[in-house]
Formats: sequence, structure tokens, C-alpha cells
Amino acid sequence: MPRGPVRARSRLRRTPVPLVLAAAVAALTLLPLVYIVVSTVDVGWSGIRELVFRPRVGELLWNTARLVGGTVLLCAALGVGAAWLVERTALPGRRTWHVLLVAPLAVPAFVTSYAWISVLPGLDTYAGALLVVTLSYFPFVYLPVVAAFRGLDPALEETARGLGLSGWAVFRRVQLPQLRVALLGGSLLVALHVLAEFGALQMLRYATFTTAIYDQYRATFNGPGATTLAGVLVLLCLALLLAELRLRGRHGYARTGAGVARTGRPVRLGALTLPSLLALAVLVGLSLVVPLGSLGTWLVCGSSTDLEVGALVTTTGTTLGLAAAAAAVTTAMALPTGWLAVRARGRLTTLLERSTYLGSSVPAIVIALALVTIAIDVTPWVYQTVPVLLAAYAILFLPRAIVPVRSAVEQSPRLYDDVAASLGSSAPDRLRRVTLPLLAPGIGAGAALVFLAVVTELTATLLLAPTGTTTLATAFWSASSALEYGAAAPYAVVMVLLSAPATVLLSHDARRGLTT
Amino acid sequence: MSALTVTCVTKSYGSTPVLTGVDLRVPEGGLTALLGPSGCGKTTLLRLIAGFDDPDTGTIELDGRLVAGPDRSVAAHRRHIGFVPQEGGLFPHLSVAGNVAFGLPRRQRRDGGRVGELLGLVGLDPALAQRSPHQLSGGQQQRVALARALAPEPSLVLLDEPFSSLDASLREETRQAVVEALSASGATAVLVTHDQAEALSMADEVAVLRAGRLVQLADPRTLYRSPRDLDVATFVGESVVLDADVRDGLAYSALGVLPLDRDCRDGLARVLLRPEQLRLGAPGAGGPTARVRGVDFFGHDARVRLQLPSGPTFSARSEGRDLPSAGDDVSVTVVGAALPFPVTGAVPIPDGVR
Repeated sequence: MPRGPVRARSRLRRTPVPLVLAAAVAALTLLPLVYIVVSTVDVGWSGIRELVFRPRVGELLWNTARLVGGTVLLCAALGVGAAWLVERTALPGRRTWHVLLVAPLAVPAFVTSYAWISVLPGLDTYAGALLVVTLSYFPFVYLPVVAAFRGLDPALEETARGLGLSGWAVFRRVQLPQLRVALLGGSLLVALHVLAEFGALQMLRYATFTTAIYDQYRATFNGPGATTLAGVLVLLCLALLLAELRLRGRHGYARTGAGVARTGRPVRLGALTLPSLLALAVLVGLSLVVPLGSLGTWLVCGSSTDLEVGALVTTTGTTLGLAAAAAAVTTAMALPTGWLAVRARGRLTTLLERSTYLGSSVPAIVIALALVTIAIDVTPWVYQTVPVLLAAYAILFLPRAIVPVRSAVEQSPRLYDDVAASLGSSAPDRLRRVTLPLLAPGIGAGAALVFLAVVTELTATLLLAPTGTTTLATAFWSASSALEYGAAAPYAVVMVLLSAPATVLLSHDARRGLTT
Repeated sequence: MSALTVTCVTKSYGSTPVLTGVDLRVPEGGLTALLGPSGCGKTTLLRLIAGFDDPDTGTIELDGRLVAGPDRSVAAHRRHIGFVPQEGGLFPHLSVAGNVAFGLPRRQRRDGGRVGELLGLVGLDPALAQRSPHQLSGGQQQRVALARALAPEPSLVLLDEPFSSLDASLREETRQAVVEALSASGATAVLVTHDQAEALSMADEVAVLRAGRLVQLADPRTLYRSPRDLDVATFVGESVVLDADVRDGLAYSALGVLPLDRDCRDGLARVLLRPEQLRLGAPGAGGPTARVRGVDFFGHDARVRLQLPSGPTFSARSEGRDLPSAGDDVSVTVVGAALPFPVTGAVPIPDGVR
């Protein structure tokens, strides 16, 4: 249909401000990538051949690919299954289960990893890595799918039932296609995180591109080895983005009708109730109870000797401030991109949106490395300052803010904007009085996700934090790297406690409809 | 002076032309309906007038002020045009009062009296002011949407199929309230609709759009009695269309010799009658005899579907009492004149053939 892109173009001509802002955001996020490309060109073809075409890289490729593939499949199955049970069935305690299923987001992957490996030292295998990473990341699929289930119009299911489809056929032919955008968005997020995961895998001694780049960087600081490996990693990421783009197609699903969608009648599970409850209990047990239990044990064992309350309080304050600032900055940056990706869907806006994903998929270590180098070479006065750290956070976590914002825009018709304009409201006024309030749940979800991510961000902070600035994650890392598990525990506990309110907020927003 | 003048407006989306040169003058005060089948471009025209989109060519003037033209496009929020979308489009995050007061200057927004006044204007209880939009019925949502559009006292109000989502009982009542509120406010209104009954009963002027073009602009009676062509005729109401041979100001048709409503050159023509012009009687009571094929009973009247022995089928409107049954034979007489449409390029049939 020729309508979409052309409408989009005329829409763009009429709204140049969001476009300029989105372009600026995309440019910032692409900065590290540009740095990699430039460095790779500097290395030259013979250098690349020497650094890339060797057995070690093949081994890393295999390790990385099977971990990403396995994690995405497991997360998709767990996320959709859990979301369906919580949203569409008459399972007892659905509200509680929902909170418990979002809660693993409060435990950083490297803490989960520490919790498991400090109890079961034999987990340094593929299966171990798959287990730890899946348990840490499945809520990224679960959350958007829950929201999508909630946004489904039950009238469609009823119509399909009326046409003689069975329950399973309704799920496959009516619900699943509508969940596709959410499922693919969540899966992409999981895959990108696995590609960039450093702490958890380093702790399990499972080598992927990211851990290899870190080791290379530690060995040779800013050497060509790290940047060429990062180049390969970026190519992997590009392949993922293209695959998602092809699978998702061009169509968004918006409910155009006014008013609130009715909620459907929950499915009665009957004899399957007990097995379903058991399955959820096992999932929550593995993703939440084991890590927290292990953490608690270490806290009790270690606190008698190693706890320094003063350092803990200072570190907590620093972390809080950084996370709040980063959440505000990043969400503001996500708005124009998320908005345009829906309202002016077209080649250019898709490119801008994809650019931010691409920029964010660069591992934190390389983003940090790029920003350090650029800061020293181009803007020495910002080297080792908070703005550079915030820029790194923004580049890293923009997709977390864009995905919910975009979903929110997808489900709020453009009509409201038009009506407000006809009532004499100017563009900035419309933004304040209509757009932002309507998108508030999506914006809130995005900000919470960014806040969570920053509280527990490790790699970029290790490299970019101004001298003397210690966050909970870096303090935890230095203690646990020295195998002082007891000393590390209090920092991990505070990280979890800090993340918890944001996680509850997130689950609450999703309950109201994360994206409407 | 006309409140709205649209001149030669065209608009395409990609290679699909939607409007292919629309000229429209809407007089001040009163309600003009834009009537057309779905896909004829009427909603697009409304969006161009409102300023949500720009025309490719042509101009749009409001009260003599150019708002859209080759080098000029006044933003929607500066046009001062009220807009009532399908299904109301009430802001879900605001109460009824918040919605109605949305377009008021900041100082007046807190003024409950003004909101109450506006709700009264559209026939709603001011006690609804604190409700949320989703607590209202469809008809109430539409009225609130109208109150919201009228609040900033626009000189022009656009209504985009505002009644299509309401059920029949609510629709009539809401239409009435809307017409009253519009005339009380003195605003000029343009109503988009695909429902000819709605256009004829509500509007002072009806503009018929077809395939991106304005076909006819007339008051409802003229439109119904003297449609420009047979397409318009059948679109604005039920029609009886017969082949006829016109000679000396009379049409020789299967329903007999009919007087004509207007001059027509001799030769082949198609003539238009309305079903209510046909009277049915006992066979042999004068006029040709037709066989009843079926009866659609509506209560106040009925549609009787008929077929002549020579083949043509048509319908008559009959009062609810004394209806024939399927299979009966009835005589058909015509009251009033027929409207002729010459068949262009046809050769007159020589005498004696018919």
C-alpha cells in the first residue's frame, strides 16, 4: 500500500523538530561504532586477517552464537508461557506471580552468576551459562508480552471462536500474530544483552566475544585486537537487527476504537492447574530464591568481619544519583525516536530507530573505550567526568526506553493530537498536555528500566567513572574478583534492594497496561 | 460571504489520487453535509480543511482568509476550527470537564460554570463533568466531543461521521441534540457522512462527493428531486429507473406515458421516479399490471418489490395498511412527473417498433 510512506513523508515535513532531535540521538549512539570502523580501517586488511581469521575467533563465534540462540529460545518460551498463565488463565495468585516474575530484573546477571557459582563451582560450562543468563533475562520477554496480551481486544478471540477455532488455534492464529511485535522486541533485547554480557560470563569463565575483548583490552589497552573483535561482534548484532526487522514486517497493531478494551474471560486450567503452579514455582525458585538465598547466606557469613557501613552509604548515594540522572536523560532522548518510529514510519525513521539499537548493541566495554579515546583526543575537558558516564549509559540503555515508548505510541491513536491541534493547542502545548500524559505509562516503564540497568551497570562504569567514584557494582566487582564473597554480598544486597522498588513499579505499570 | 471556500483542491497518497479537483463553498451559518460513499475522499477533504494535512494543489479559505495554498499553510492550531471525530476521540486521561475545557484559555479552564454551560448546550447534565470518558455512553461521548469543539467558539465546526458508531435509537436523539447545539452556537458546520438519510434530514446544504470530485451541491429537496445524474439520484434515495422514449415532452415507458419534470430532447432516455410516486391498486384499475415479488415491511410503510411482465423490476413505497402479498398482481399508476436523463449518442427508435 503506497499510503504509509507518503503520509509519513508529509508528516515529517510538518514536524521537523522531532526528526532533528532523533537524528542527533542516533548520531550520539553511533559514535562508538564510528570509532570502531575508523580504528579497524587503521588496522588495515592484513592486520584484520591476522586478528580475525584464527581458530580462537571461530571458537568465540561458536560460543557466542549457541549461547544467544539458546537463551532467546528459552526466554521466548518461558516469557510467553508465563505471560499467558498470568494474563489469560484463572490461575490462583496471578497478581503475586506477576510481581515474582518481574522481580529477577532486580538481581543483576553478574550477581545471579556469583550466587550460583559460589554455591556450585561446577557451573562454568555452556549449560551453566545458559541457565544463569536465561534466568536473568527472561523478564525482558515476559513484560512486553504481558502488556501485549492486555492490549489484545477479546472481541477478536471471540470472533475466532465463533468461526470454529479451537483454543490452541485461537492462540496460534489470532493471539500469537498480535504478540509478534512484543515477542520479537523482547527477544531482540535478550539477544543484544547476551551479546554484550560481561560480568556474569566472566565470573563463569565462559568465553564470548565480549569477555575476550575485555581481556584483550586489559592486556593491551586500546589495542587493535579489542577493536577488531568488537567489529565482528557488531556484525553479529547487525545480523540480529536485520532478522528482527524482516520478521516483524511493516505493520503495527493499533486499537483505533475509543474507550477501554474489555478484559477477556480467563481460561480455566482444570487438571493442569497444579502442574502450571509447579512450573511457575520452579521458575521463580531458580531465578529468585536461589540467588537471594545464596546472597543472604554470604551476607550472614561475611558481615561479621567485612562490613563498612560508611563506604556502603556513600557508594549507594553515588549510584542512586547516577541512575536517576541517567533515567531522565535517556528517556528524554528516547521520545523523539520512539514517536517517529510509529507516527512517521518510513525508511528514514526506521533507520534512526535501528541506529540507536545498533549503537547500544556495541558492548559496554567498547562504548567506554571509544568514549575515553574520543574524550582524550577531542574534548579533553570532559575526560573523567559524569557527563561522559551519562552519555555512555544513554548509548547503552536507549533501547530499554525506546521499546516501551514506541509500544505506547503504537497504541495511542494520532487522533488525539489532531483534536488537540484543532482546539488551538500548539505543538509544545500538545506535547505537555496530551502526548506526555498519554505516553506516561510507557515513559515510566522506560525510565524504570533504565534506572534498573544503571544501578547494576558494571562494565562501562568500571572504565568511565571519574577517579574516586565508586558505585555498588564496581565495589561488588572488586570484592568478588578478589574472591571476597562475604565482602561483596552487602553491595549486591543494596543493589537488589534499590532495584526492587523500580521493579515493583514496573510490574504495577504492566498491570495497568504497560503500553496503553 | 462564505465561511469556507475550497478551490481546485487535489490530494494524492503516493500514486493513488484521492481528491481530483474539489470546489466547495460553504455559506456562513447552517450545516453543510459532505455526502459520499466510503473511499470517495470526504474524510481526506475534512482533514485538509482542518489543517491536519496539506493539499497538493488548490486553495482553502476561511472567512476570506487563505489558510492553505501554494506557499501557505496555516497550522491546525491557528485555524480556529472545531473538530468532532468519529467515536468522539475524548482524551482518556482527562475527565469530562477536562476535555470540554481543553481548548479554553488557561484562566477559564478552572471555571466550572463555563463547562456546565457548554454541557447544557449539548443537552447533557452538568453533573457528568467529573466523570471519566469511559463511564459515558457512546451518545454522551459524542455530545461531550461537540461541547469540547464548541468551547473555544470556533466559526467552523467539522464533524467526521460522528453518529456512525451509535445504535439507531441513540443516533436520532444525538443528531437532534447536535443540530440544536450547533444552531444555538451560531457556528458553521460541515458534517461528513455516508448516510444519505442523515445528510438529507440534518443539513441545509448537501455536497455530494464521488471519486474525489464534487458532483453536486444543493439543498436537500433540490438534491432529492433534481439530482444531476442517475448515480446521484440512486445514491441519495431509492429510485425507480426506467428506459423510455421521449417524444414531444412525454416519456413513453413501461409504466405508461409520463409527464416530464424538465425539458428533454426527443429520443432514448432513462427516467427517474421515486418509489413513493407509485400507487398500487387492484388489477385493471388503470395503469399496467405488475406481479408482486416480495414485501419488506417497516411498520410505518413498506417496500413492495414488483416485476412487469416485460421483465423490469422496481420497488414502490406503500402505506403499512392494505399491503399486497407476494404473487399478487397489482396495477401501478404514477403520481407526478418523471425526471428524464437523455441517453447520449442513442439513435431514436423508429415509430412502430414499440
